[in-house]
Amino acid sequence: MKITRAEVEHVGRLARLALSDEELDSLTGEMDAILDYVEQLKTLDTDGIVPTAHAVPMENAFRADEVKPSFTPEQALSNAPDASENAFRVRRVIE
Amino acid sequence: MTIHDLTLAELRARLDNRELSAVEVTNAYLERIAATNPDLNSFITVCNETAIVEAQAADQALAAGEVAPLTGLPIAVKDIFNTAGLRTTCASRILENYVSPYDATAIARIKAQKAVIVGKLNMDEFAMGSSNENSAFGAVRNPWNLEHVPGGSSGGSAASIAAHQAAAALGTDTGGSVRQPAAHCSVVGLKPTYGRVSRYGVVAYASSLDQVGPVTRDVRDSALLLQAIAGYDSADSTSVDTPVPDYQANLTGDLRGMKIGLPKEYFIEGLDDDVRKAITDAAATYKALGAEIIEVSLPHTAYAVACYYLIATAEASSNLARYDGVRYGLRDENAEKLIDMYMQSRAAGFGTEVKRRIMLGTYALSSGYYDAYYIKAQKVRTLIRQDFLDVFEKVDTLLTPVAPTPAFALGEKTDDPLQMYLSDIYTIPVNLAGTCAMSLPCGFSAKGLPIGLQLIGKPFDEATMLRTAHAFEQATEWHKRTPKF
Repeated sequence: MKITRAEVEHVGRLARLALSDEELDSLTGEMDAILDYVEQLKTLDTDGIVPTAHAVPMENAFRADEVKPSFTPEQALSNAPDASENAFRVRRVIE
Repeated sequence: MTIHDLTLAELRARLDNRELSAVEVTNAYLERIAATNPDLNSFITVCNETAIVEAQAADQALAAGEVAPLTGLPIAVKDIFNTAGLRTTCASRILENYVSPYDATAIARIKAQKAVIVGKLNMDEFAMGSSNENSAFGAVRNPWNLEHVPGGSSGGSAASIAAHQAAAALGTDTGGSVRQPAAHCSVVGLKPTYGRVSRYGVVAYASSLDQVGPVTRDVRDSALLLQAIAGYDSADSTSVDTPVPDYQANLTGDLRGMKIGLPKEYFIEGLDDDVRKAITDAAATYKALGAEIIEVSLPHTAYAVACYYLIATAEASSNLARYDGVRYGLRDENAEKLIDMYMQSRAAGFGTEVKRRIMLGTYALSSGYYDAYYIKAQKVRTLIRQDFLDVFEKVDTLLTPVAPTPAFALGEKTDDPLQMYLSDIYTIPVNLAGTCAMSLPCGFSAKGLPIGLQLIGKPFDEATMLRTAHAFEQATEWHKRTPKF
């Protein structure tokens, strides 16, 4: 086994995904099969190989620090599930 | 002449000589969509009102002599592009009611030319899938055979062009999502080099792999649409500031001196016999056209799918963290605590495949596994990219299958995610390497399902790739076949 049900449960909490018992069961089997498949990468010798994060060679992309038009508060809040006084409103954060 | 059977280039000529108006063209397409969408389900949103307003503006521009290459042409876009004032769902419940406050750069560029956006196309949820069965709005069906998938994730894009519901479409390609559905629906799909087209305003799946691409009926239209969207954009710092050549001017038909490579690792066990024969025949056509065919090797091909499903899922788990029910998207109103609101909103909003990929990516990035999975995959990505750079020292273009089989049946692979992932084995390496590739029609299986060939070009040399594609298209009739639909 590459991954246990308890580990899947832990990863679910890291990913902020509430998972049902059925989902935990199926994900454990599916993730185990996928992790078993990707195991083949370990057969490749990659000592001294530089990791590729980005396929096009590129330096830092700098730009001038200029003020440009951006969203109005109304636009920024236009899809908010709940908003009040030009802010997104959520449940109490601090107990 | 039936209006909806005309290509972009043919419509352009008829709009310019006033044989047709943009409103007439738009109405013809809206009628075609209304008549065919119940069977195909390729559209999530049809722009019945806004399209007519845009067409009227295009007609005014035409009357004033202010004509751009796309003025008045009916284009549909994958529902992954932010489109101001229109719903952008990404085929997910979590964005079901999200209305974009702004346009993606690719959308702004076609709008600047007064193209008419006829609708937003169905797709696999968050572009995760190879069959378009992972949509919260239902599966798309293949116009060539309604019991088969159109491919994915831009399944709506390919199906709509094959069924003449729009003259051209925009899709996105992270591991083959433009090319594979194009092959399954017998249309032309192009994935530009990473950095060629701005990703600004495209809902992110895997940011180091995602790229916007045109889906069209022929190669000339592909060149026309790519021309409109290509080029540097200051809003996407990964777009590359390099000149965009005149793609249509490159369609000369001249293949003299062209070297085309056949990578031997792409012609292995598991490749369907009909597909193998169609690609072998295409190589013979190229030889007859004066190209030199050379067998080459991309030795790390077999590792690409494993590499991709670590890198793409890791990036996805990070990108999709933004769907937390706070600023936009679905919120579970019953949760008492903030963390429960996150966990339950995401549980309710995401579909099965999206959850699976977020989980896999979160695991690959988690403490203790990061080096073994994520960094290892990035190192293998270097080897895969180097394979392509090496082979492009010897040849100009590569010729390969797009997919190992023609379109599979609806439901055939939904129970086995790994089998579904392996259907992208010939398209994924290109995204990892960051270069350009395209799919074009090259035959049909014994059962009458389309087969596509893939041309892979050198980084930022879409022009040579398009010329190579165009020459094949001129020598064959496959692109002229349409589904009896």
